[in-house]
Amino acid sequence: MITIPYLTALTTYFSYVLLFVFGQLRDFSSNLIDWWKPSNVQVRQGYAPICLGLEDFYIRRIFLRVQDCFQQPISSPPDAWIDVVERVSNDNNKTLKTLGSVPSFIYFGRRTTKVSRCLNLGSYNYLGFAAADEYCTPRVIQSLKKYFAGTCSTRVEGGTTALHSELEEAVANFVGKPAALVTGMGYVTNSAILPVLIGKGGLIVSDSLNHNSIVNGARGSGATIRVFQHNTPSHLEKVLREHIAGGQPRTHKPWKKIIVVVEGIYSMEGEFCKLPEIVSICKKYKAYAYMDEAHSIGAVGKTGRGVCELLGVDTADVDIMMGTFSKSFGSCGGYVAGSKELIQYLKYSCPAHLYATSLSPPAAQQIISSIKVILGEDGSSRGAQKLAQIRENSNYFRSELQKMGFEVLGDNDSPVMSLMVYNVAKLPAFSRECLKRHLAVVTVGFPGTPLLLGRARICISAAHTREDLNIDSLSSIATKHRLFLSSASALRWHNPSPSSAFCWHDLKLLSKSFSLVPTSHVLACSSPSNQQVIGLPRLKINRVRLALKVKLRYKPRDSSCFSFGFLMKTYIL
Amino acid sequence: MDLANYVPSAFTSLLKNATELITFAYDVPFARAVVFGVHIGGHLFVEGLLLVVIIFLLSQKSYKPPKRPLTKKEIDELCDEWVPESLIPPVTEEMKREVPVLLSAAGPHTIINGKKVVNFASANYLGLMGHEKLLQLHNLLPLSFHVDVHLDCETRIAEFLGTPDSILYSYGLSTMFSAIPAFCKKGDIIVVDEGVHWGIQNGLYLSRSTIVYFKHNDMQSLRSTLEKVTQDNKRAKKLRRYIVVEAVYQNSGQIAPLDEIIQLKEKYKFRVLLDESNSFGVLGKSGRGLTEHFHVPVDKIDIITASMGHALASEGGFCTGSHRVVDHQRLSSSGYVFSASLPPYLASAAIAAIDVIEENPQLITMLRDNSKILSTGLLGIQGLELASDIMSPLVFLRLKKSTGSLKSDLQLLEDLADRGKCQTFDLKVLPAVCIVGLYGTTHKRFLKMMQLQVLKEHSVFVTTSKRSIVDKCNLPVGIRIYVSAAHTESDLQKACESLKTVAASLFTD
Repeated sequence: MITIPYLTALTTYFSYVLLFVFGQLRDFSSNLIDWWKPSNVQVRQGYAPICLGLEDFYIRRIFLRVQDCFQQPISSPPDAWIDVVERVSNDNNKTLKTLGSVPSFIYFGRRTTKVSRCLNLGSYNYLGFAAADEYCTPRVIQSLKKYFAGTCSTRVEGGTTALHSELEEAVANFVGKPAALVTGMGYVTNSAILPVLIGKGGLIVSDSLNHNSIVNGARGSGATIRVFQHNTPSHLEKVLREHIAGGQPRTHKPWKKIIVVVEGIYSMEGEFCKLPEIVSICKKYKAYAYMDEAHSIGAVGKTGRGVCELLGVDTADVDIMMGTFSKSFGSCGGYVAGSKELIQYLKYSCPAHLYATSLSPPAAQQIISSIKVILGEDGSSRGAQKLAQIRENSNYFRSELQKMGFEVLGDNDSPVMSLMVYNVAKLPAFSRECLKRHLAVVTVGFPGTPLLLGRARICISAAHTREDLNIDSLSSIATKHRLFLSSASALRWHNPSPSSAFCWHDLKLLSKSFSLVPTSHVLACSSPSNQQVIGLPRLKINRVRLALKVKLRYKPRDSSCFSFGFLMKTYIL
Repeated sequence: MDLANYVPSAFTSLLKNATELITFAYDVPFARAVVFGVHIGGHLFVEGLLLVVIIFLLSQKSYKPPKRPLTKKEIDELCDEWVPESLIPPVTEEMKREVPVLLSAAGPHTIINGKKVVNFASANYLGLMGHEKLLQLHNLLPLSFHVDVHLDCETRIAEFLGTPDSILYSYGLSTMFSAIPAFCKKGDIIVVDEGVHWGIQNGLYLSRSTIVYFKHNDMQSLRSTLEKVTQDNKRAKKLRRYIVVEAVYQNSGQIAPLDEIIQLKEKYKFRVLLDESNSFGVLGKSGRGLTEHFHVPVDKIDIITASMGHALASEGGFCTGSHRVVDHQRLSSSGYVFSASLPPYLASAAIAAIDVIEENPQLITMLRDNSKILSTGLLGIQGLELASDIMSPLVFLRLKKSTGSLKSDLQLLEDLADRGKCQTFDLKVLPAVCIVGLYGTTHKRFLKMMQLQVLKEHSVFVTTSKRSIVDKCNLPVGIRIYVSAAHTESDLQKACESLKTVAASLFTD
């Protein structure tokens, strides 16, 4: 549960309203001016517009203004330090003329060859395998020479090489399940396996913050979907009882089967799944447990075997264990592990196995070698060191952030931590400030998160050294923009003019971050000289603000929410 | 006075009183009023009474059956009683199939079970797999997230096809099922070929649009479907309308007649979504796909998707079109937004592959010649017929005597399968061919047997088309042969001969 100060909620809503109004005005005028545009020509010819109504409004009128903070290209491996390609906007990104048209996201700014070396706090490179590795890389190169880049064939036809068989064995052994199936992409794994396992007459009970691939898989299956409150076993139990007793909607026939879907680490929050409780509830109500370990496999647990190992849950109790290789293992692809029969059945029926080109052999080799390193089978203790390092780094950085007074989400030992920013204007401001100080941080706003709960997400890697993680600049940005104060530190806050100036600052920041007033260059907006805060007469709402903390629950991000489109996750760096 | 007399008299007096009251009511001055020349009479009195009754009835609570929610104990019992189905159906023999494991790269020749075979199971159309340019080692590291090589790859693809922009996906299968829901929402109309592959089917399902199928690659059927859809739906003009087709169908090897589709699309004002997975780098004079093949300007097609795992011998997929089409996907296409990006070495391999295609247009001619050799070579094959287009590098053989009726097909297959059993083939790897009573199953098993024969005895590796239980395509299954420019003429002849020999021995009519 995240508590958000009343005033912050108000200013954030106000910001969105303002952005919406401006966007509408611009839409109106651009409709008048741009009638000769090809898309409009098509409409005049009798085609319906390709994006109806407000479908792409958010992208055109809000996202576009701050797009320099997202999808930033990098030109080096995502190690502890990365080269971020600098982009400049030569049209100020703002004149009415260009805003009317739809410039390309990526190319709106001319790509320059200038790069800035930044500390990488954005990649899921938990164990540091994304950069060249003394054990993995030579083997990967060797397998590229032997098996080439792709197989051009599906797994069942002619796309299973000896490497794929070896990988499946290695994964099953690593995860602690009898068998495993490997696919070429993590997203596809979820969205192609759920429809095979469950269909009409089945019930999927899904955590409200589950990843979109699970949501898509669940929707594709045709089963009924119900959502339980994020990571709340008691609510899961309530939902299960209610639905088992009630049966299927309308017909009231008993459910064919129930699958409970959770994630190991929730990537936007950094929280661990309450697995022991959830597993015992699943057992009690005879539901099957499906766990997505995209972020936890390899990254947590004593030997890197994920949340089961960390929380002391027997892997036999989790019926379907799914995960990806694109995070800790520095490769790509996904896996499902389960009983031998389950895997046999999936190999017979799963579309990702039957129709998709198989995992690229060098990528398979990268996974095999990195698992060997983690388990110490390469003959060194590097794996254990990496695991110790990431735990130490994560806990150190988390405590540092908390000391600074940030509001940090997530559990101890988790390498993912979210810093709450809340206000929409502060997201781009924070991102730009960080970049200026050579920190590459991902900021996530609506619709990746609920409207009010914009945040910055930090992912710690074993590749970071202690010196890397001594970041004082973060706190200076925080004080400058009055960012994310945890409720405890808000009380101790010593800034001379909070309250009213706080509001005014938010508004000012909004107009700057989103360049609502076409005056200055985007990046110049957040420069220090422009940051004087105009203090309005101080109102006595200090105490009121602190008293009025409204508790906002997450909106369930279930299927219905997603149908509205615009799923934004920032493509960081 | 006894009671018998009293009751009637009391009743009469009561009645009398009542009549008096009513007459009085009729006689009160306002009851005698005349409104616009009409005598109101006693109406007011009666209506007043009615009103009182109505108000009285309305003020009463409506009847509701008492709610009796389940008690905790009852729910406990229900939960205890409930028995779920098992997670998966019982594993049958058919599910335990072993896939061939390749001991070397999946090039035109590969090693299976220690034996060198000619590989017709990889869609390595141009033989680019293992091309030295694709193996350059800079940027090899498998890693995630946006790197500038992805941008280069996007520009390169757009430049090659002559489209304004393109967007890179990290997997071929996810391209279509992410791109379709980004543009089609509930209520939109999609007219689609019934033979499209699962990736498209899933995209259609996820979009929740109104889906109308037309007969596989049948332009008459498309025309009548379009006509019907536009006529039936009064609001059709305001809805987004799409035609979804594959350039070369994965499930049949047929080529979509784009020129006719364009005519129809323009007549009925539909947009076209074209999947070029098996035609990109293959069709057209310089490999620019179906549009070049039919000399149609590429901007007539609104959205083109393709997998890079075929002709480009890499992995991943892309979608290309106008700026607006591409930009919209960058935030609203789930497979793009919610997944790690393509490993950069695969993106650079794709760039290199496009360079090779541009530099060596003879590869495409070679491929075309090879496809023709194989297709014509297989024309007279016994019991099977060519379903694919003669230009298509994806050669598809299906059973000839599919009469359309399930029962007679089954009978035929039964005969054939029995004869197959009687032949003295080395069938140790196979369970005896049994008729399970399912058309598809028998069919598939039969083809599978043929595939194994060809592989074991003639060292030619061909595959049967597989059908997942979630796949709704109902085109007949068959044998799928991927031709490559890297196959030599002797490879192709060997394939033709061995397929023919095995077919002849299996289908001895």
